Amino acid sequence: MHSTDNTLFKPGRRDFIRKSGLATLGLVIGIDSTARAFNITRLTESVTPFEVSPFILIDVHNNITIVNPRNDMGQGTIHSVPAMIAEELEVTLDQVTIIQSDGKAKYGPQTSGGSSSIRTLWLPLRKAGAATKEMLINAAARRWDVPAQACYASGGKVFKKDSDVSLTYGQLAEEASRLEVPREPALKQRTDFRIIGKDLKRKEIPARVTGKAVYGIDVEVPGMVYAAILHSPMIFGKVVTIDDSDTLKIPGVLRVIRSERKMIHCDTDSVAVIASNWWAASKGKNALKVQWDHAGLAEKLHTDTYFEQCHAQVKTEGINHHETGDFKRKFDSATSRLDVTYETPFLAHVPLEPENTTAHVRQDGSVEIWAPIQGPGETLPDVARYLNIAPEKIKIHPVLMGGSYGRKAYIDFVKEACFLSSKLNVPVKVLWTREDDITQGPYRPGMLSHMQGFIEDGKITGFHHHIIGESILRQVFKGLADNEADPWMGEALGEGNNKYRFKADKVSWTNVKTEIPIMWWRAVNASNLGWGQECFMDELAHLAGKDPLTARLELLEDERYIKVLKTLAEKSDYYTPSRQGTGKGIAIFRSFGTICACCITVSVRDKAITIDKAVSVVDCGIYVSGDTVKAQTEGNIVMGLSAAIKGGIVFKNGICQQSNYHNYHIMRMPEMPAVSVYVMENDEAPGGVGEPGLPPVAPALGNAIFAATGIRIRKLPLDLTMP
Amino acid sequence: MAKYTVNVNRRRYEVEAEPDVPLLWILRDYLGLKGTKFGCGIAACGACTIHLNGNPVRSCQLRISAIPKNSEITTIEGVGATVLHPVQQAWIELQVPQCGYCQSGQIMSAVALLEKTPDPTDKDIDSALAGNLCRCGTYDRIRKAIHLAAGELKN
Ligand code: FES
Ligand code: FES
Repeated sequence: MHSTDNTLFKPGRRDFIRKSGLATLGLVIGIDSTARAFNITRLTESVTPFEVSPFILIDVHNNITIVNPRNDMGQGTIHSVPAMIAEELEVTLDQVTIIQSDGKAKYGPQTSGGSSSIRTLWLPLRKAGAATKEMLINAAARRWDVPAQACYASGGKVFKKDSDVSLTYGQLAEEASRLEVPREPALKQRTDFRIIGKDLKRKEIPARVTGKAVYGIDVEVPGMVYAAILHSPMIFGKVVTIDDSDTLKIPGVLRVIRSERKMIHCDTDSVAVIASNWWAASKGKNALKVQWDHAGLAEKLHTDTYFEQCHAQVKTEGINHHETGDFKRKFDSATSRLDVTYETPFLAHVPLEPENTTAHVRQDGSVEIWAPIQGPGETLPDVARYLNIAPEKIKIHPVLMGGSYGRKAYIDFVKEACFLSSKLNVPVKVLWTREDDITQGPYRPGMLSHMQGFIEDGKITGFHHHIIGESILRQVFKGLADNEADPWMGEALGEGNNKYRFKADKVSWTNVKTEIPIMWWRAVNASNLGWGQECFMDELAHLAGKDPLTARLELLEDERYIKVLKTLAEKSDYYTPSRQGTGKGIAIFRSFGTICACCITVSVRDKAITIDKAVSVVDCGIYVSGDTVKAQTEGNIVMGLSAAIKGGIVFKNGICQQSNYHNYHIMRMPEMPAVSVYVMENDEAPGGVGEPGLPPVAPALGNAIFAATGIRIRKLPLDLTMP
Repeated sequence: MAKYTVNVNRRRYEVEAEPDVPLLWILRDYLGLKGTKFGCGIAACGACTIHLNGNPVRSCQLRISAIPKNSEITTIEGVGATVLHPVQQAWIELQVPQCGYCQSGQIMSAVALLEKTPDPTDKDIDSALAGNLCRCGTYDRIRKAIHLAAGELKN
């Protein structure tokens, strides 16, 4: 059996079943010695652990458990979030067991997303660690009858200064738990950090290279059945008739059930095949003959129509986010100006692990869910409402995600498993096919950026970004009035045009509605807007007869931006003239509190463009793991390039034209350029890391292609073979 | 239903299954070897890569009834079962995995490559791993880790 609880990893060898003999002390951690290094232990809940903060549990045997409230999708929070607690608690990561928070309200918000984990937890979790340490020191001071100043904590023990006397945290746990919780515990100085800012190896990596890490898809619970689900070919179709005669003949198939898919803004019909193994279920699904009512959907789900409507809005004024310096009047009378559009496609997330969940809705009304999800804290109340069951009766086991990029914050697949288990009262494992994943959405929206700008006296003076397209706030959350500019889009441009100081500056918005379902995607808005924004900067620089990097420096006042750009110039040898047939392009974008600049080098050979090199420079302020910052930025280069050069999602007459990796392509090894990433060192507050590396990638590529060929590309995906 | 005998990681298993069940699902759902992953089911992602008599094969495409008799199958669980394989060590050294979901397949392809080509060029790596997708984008580290492992294997 795999994954019966939330443990992510735990220290090696000293693991065996432990039971506390001391009833009052409470915390018991049972650990299975059958020794998968991952995901085995169960935290017994019948006793109360010593906890100052719900994130730290210490038992009398000195077992120290840290609860990670940000589930890992590959972005490294399994390491970086507990690291903040361990640092202040004065324990090493080798000494602690890390478990995943289970969605309970006491852990607060628990969604990994918006590149927010370190930014939002930086102080609260360090304070939790520091407060606990202070209480343990105070307990020791009392025991030894010395002032707290005569004691210090290190490596999970409290020491009496100038002596070899010490007590383990476990020995002090009970006493400490009765002391007052300090409100403003002293935090460590940066120079004293032993974990934060050091490139320690991630503890869970060995499990990920030996096949032992347990992902959602690997969960198995006794008595479970498998479900494959037939969704409507046009997403919102209604089931008219079901012919399951061929399906039911397939060995292993148990039942066929009409099911439902709860999207955030609407419900859709589906048909589930239940079987004793998933292969039988998926065969059964393929053998179903379902008649769908698709009335009206062919016209509604059609990307060409959407983009035509977007282009038709170019002439309209839009709603202003912001305007300074009388942009419109000056633009109308400018002699040296540009007026162009940039376009980005709809995109799928395609995490390598398809959507899946195992759920058990029992007859007694209790529910257990094992799911690879970004937000257990948000899933729990949502599922409670859906099933009309009290939240206390629901137990969530968040399991590692095999990639997500925003997709597994959307829990339609979790509710499918809940729905089916509520009908069957046995554990049901729902597993989507890649085809479900790609054809059913939701997607990153495709957008149009209408760009206007002008120069005066050889300087870029006027800049207008008119954002045209669908809004997640409107379509998904029904939270945007028709006369309102989408605030999330404005935010993505940093309440201005990305920190450039233009004399005349304008951001405006026009909503074009579509029913093609959209949602978060890695750097969703920033990735869309960065394309037009930073390619157009290049265009204006060339119009002004300036080097694009130099022109940007002229318009920036913020020292951090300037340093990032100058570092990029140095690391990429930017100012060394490129050979004939090669070109360098740069872009800089701030998102999620972090600035990232990218330089891409391309060369033209045999009428095809090769991406030779990508260099990124990141300023994310103080970071927890420099290697994770690099890894995330490397990953963002790859995902940003996929977004730039691979086909997007296209709907024709109601049907998604892509269905699997053979026609929805992502970057492969042979296309991979050399990459290097540099992380700026400073004392600024932590910024996001999971997403900010992505937005500058596509525009850096577009600008590099222009530098190499003189061809300006304004529509993504772009084609690397030349006409 | 028919009975099949398969040798996986030097162990013999008797399996009763329909003849068209792909080895991927035999491994995962019949034998409980869940290290081999499902990503596409059409030989386009490489997440399900295993070794069939030492050659990298997409297990989602290999029906149980089509496995030649007396074949030796190796999965990620069989690589470095006692001591970590140099490829796995290099993966740890360079902290290659992000989500890690693709990495069983990447490692199986890398191990097979190094057995035939102990000192691979970037081009060799590109062609041997072209079929293994990584959505997290760890390709650059994979390349470096393969070179690192190749160096270790030589010594
Ligand atoms: S699952 Fe076999 S290649 Fe993708
Ligand atoms: S590490 Fe996530 S898909 Fe490769």
